[in-house]
Amino acid sequence: MSTGTVSSTVNVAPAGLRRLGDAAGSVALFVAIGAFVAWSALTHPSQLVVGLVVGSVLALGALGLTLIYGVLKFAHFAHGDAMMLAAYLAFFVLSGNLVGTRGTDVRLPWSFADLPGATTPIWRFSFGYGLVLAVLVAGAVAALLLLLVDRWVYRPLRQRRAGVAIFAIVSLGVAIAMRSLILMIWGPTPRFYVAGIRPTVQILGGPRVVTDQLFIIAMAVVLAAAVYVLLYRTTAGRAMRAMADNPDLARVSGINTEAVVRTTWIVSGGLIAVAGSLLALQSQLKPELGFLLLLPVFAAAILGGIGSPHGALLGGLVVGVVQEVAVSVGILSPGYKFAIAFVILILVILVRPRGLFGA
Amino acid sequence: MNGSKSTTMIVAAVTAAMILLPLLHSGGSVSAVVNFLAPFVTTVAVLAVIAIGLNVQWGYTGIFNFGVVAFFMVGAFVAAIVTKQPADSEFVQYVGGFGDRLAFLPVLDSQEWLPFVFGVLAAALAAALLALLLALAALRLREDYLAITTIGVAEVLRRVTIEEAWLVNGTRGLTGIPRPFAGWFDAGVYKFVFLLLALAVLAVVYLLVERGISSPWGRVLRALREDEDVVAASGKNVFAFKVEGFVLGAALMGVGGAFYAFQQGTVSPETFTHFFGTFIIWAMLVLGGSGNNAGAIVGTYVIWGFWSITLQLQGFDLPVFVVDRISFFRDFLIGALIVVVLLARPQGLVPERARVSRWLERRVRELQQQGAKREATPVESAPRTAE
Repeated sequence: MSTGTVSSTVNVAPAGLRRLGDAAGSVALFVAIGAFVAWSALTHPSQLVVGLVVGSVLALGALGLTLIYGVLKFAHFAHGDAMMLAAYLAFFVLSGNLVGTRGTDVRLPWSFADLPGATTPIWRFSFGYGLVLAVLVAGAVAALLLLLVDRWVYRPLRQRRAGVAIFAIVSLGVAIAMRSLILMIWGPTPRFYVAGIRPTVQILGGPRVVTDQLFIIAMAVVLAAAVYVLLYRTTAGRAMRAMADNPDLARVSGINTEAVVRTTWIVSGGLIAVAGSLLALQSQLKPELGFLLLLPVFAAAILGGIGSPHGALLGGLVVGVVQEVAVSVGILSPGYKFAIAFVILILVILVRPRGLFGA
Repeated sequence: MNGSKSTTMIVAAVTAAMILLPLLHSGGSVSAVVNFLAPFVTTVAVLAVIAIGLNVQWGYTGIFNFGVVAFFMVGAFVAAIVTKQPADSEFVQYVGGFGDRLAFLPVLDSQEWLPFVFGVLAAALAAALLALLLALAALRLREDYLAITTIGVAEVLRRVTIEEAWLVNGTRGLTGIPRPFAGWFDAGVYKFVFLLLALAVLAVVYLLVERGISSPWGRVLRALREDEDVVAASGKNVFAFKVEGFVLGAALMGVGGAFYAFQQGTVSPETFTHFFGTFIIWAMLVLGGSGNNAGAIVGTYVIWGFWSITLQLQGFDLPVFVVDRISFFRDFLIGALIVVVLLARPQGLVPERARVSRWLERRVRELQQQGAKREATPVESAPRTAE
């Protein structure tokens, strides 16, 4: 990567000192994050919980984004819209609803909701096992879709060794196409997996939270652990990390790079589907949400250090918490929620472009 | 198929559709066609100015701006609040509103044009200032970080126009934006006057940018796009040139935004979506051929033609199912179009001509002629152009 400038001064700081300064920067950043979280826990506990919930979703999104970035070396601008498309797929598999004419719905004769007991709430959640199955199916379809897009769109660009910018424009085109597909198939009105009031539960000594939110956090933890095992305990994961490190070296060591790319899309497809569905479970399904999600998801990935899986997880949680808590402090109106993600993004990019864990 | 031939065919097909659809729709009335074409060409001219602005940034300087809508919107709102009269109702609030106070020249009916001169200048200046701030903060970033940063700036500015109702009237937006020279003509004639005005602005912008790009300054920009390190090694201040390219492009987007506001008469935050304000402009430039102002204009014509055709189709007696989805399908096709063009024909409809300088070409020709005279045998073909 070229910096584009010729520095007139020579950097005279000895390497040891620079490393020390860098470490001090990391410590300061972590302390600041810790202090903010501690402060929010004391003053705004319920917003902190919502922040952690939203943050879990962002973390899963950022994890997928950062994997794609690490292996394929491009910023996947269709990430948010892919999340929304997958969430709509889960909605479709569950309810069988499509938009008909003039805003009325057409329902397929059979969907997962017709399975016996599929919509009976599990424990105190608002949904039954039908939604879980639907998300699994949506994950498979999303992975397949991303594989096809890669096969027809990104692979030819890779072979041509197109620049980062071309990949970005093309993925933006893919994003627009995905959003338009949602609008064509399910229409512009917001949708929900489960209608009605959400059951809540009292956390021991803490605020009352919506039960589904506990599920969201639990799912994020399980998925993050699964991705960790995949990356650090399997051959496929080692190949992915090798390719993220140095694609040419990976290739000459006999790694089938196209297979690694496919694995990456399958893993990211699963993450995208779960993240999108959890987001829809937390709020709602809305076609234009996908593009807006790009900002917090990118902010999370860049804050964590793009290409770093654990950075993405932590970054997602931080962005989620800061977003929710900052809006509740009352200086800013809730409309600025995504703007806060942007402020974090800008600060990180300007002050510490390699993020928390970046190389 | 030959490149220029297919380009001609696509442009001809769009033109034919633009004439035939209103003709069919109105049952063969020529005036309906004219009434449809005049605003269409006006919008093409206005959006082409913005596309040329993006071309200066991306096509020539290689700067990756995914937040075109920010500069477009700032231009439109600034032009509107400068030229509008002061707010006179408690339900409408906005800053500025200088209107007739800017028409201080006692001659030549200055209220018909002087406020608009200020409006366009202010729009260009505001967009340029925004670009300068952004450039100083973020232009050193790598391409993908810059892209997400520009998206962020655009989204924040959109939020500000929605949330801060005192600024530009919030979600209701601004209506009744005045138009230049409107008092001099009948309403029926005026749309052609405005069309000519928009075409004149486009022509001026086109010529100025062409002039700038073929100058030594423009040559540095194009070299930058190819390889920053080489430019830096030859002693140029890379960052300064990038800032200049970025700011100039943004100023043009501001000018385009100003004329968009005059043409529409109404601007609201809902107009300036990322899709309309950024993506469509990118589609126009990519389809037309980046690095080429003529390409930017052709791309604008084709994409906006396609857009207007789908709007026209909504007027026909089509099944409700189709009418409901036609605009989404159009968006889908435009998204797919970007992908297909960049895969199959990355140079666009009108490819950029590889040219270092006209002076060099002339000089080579002169030397060839001199050589031919002196030795009576033509010199073997000297390199006329270079990559």
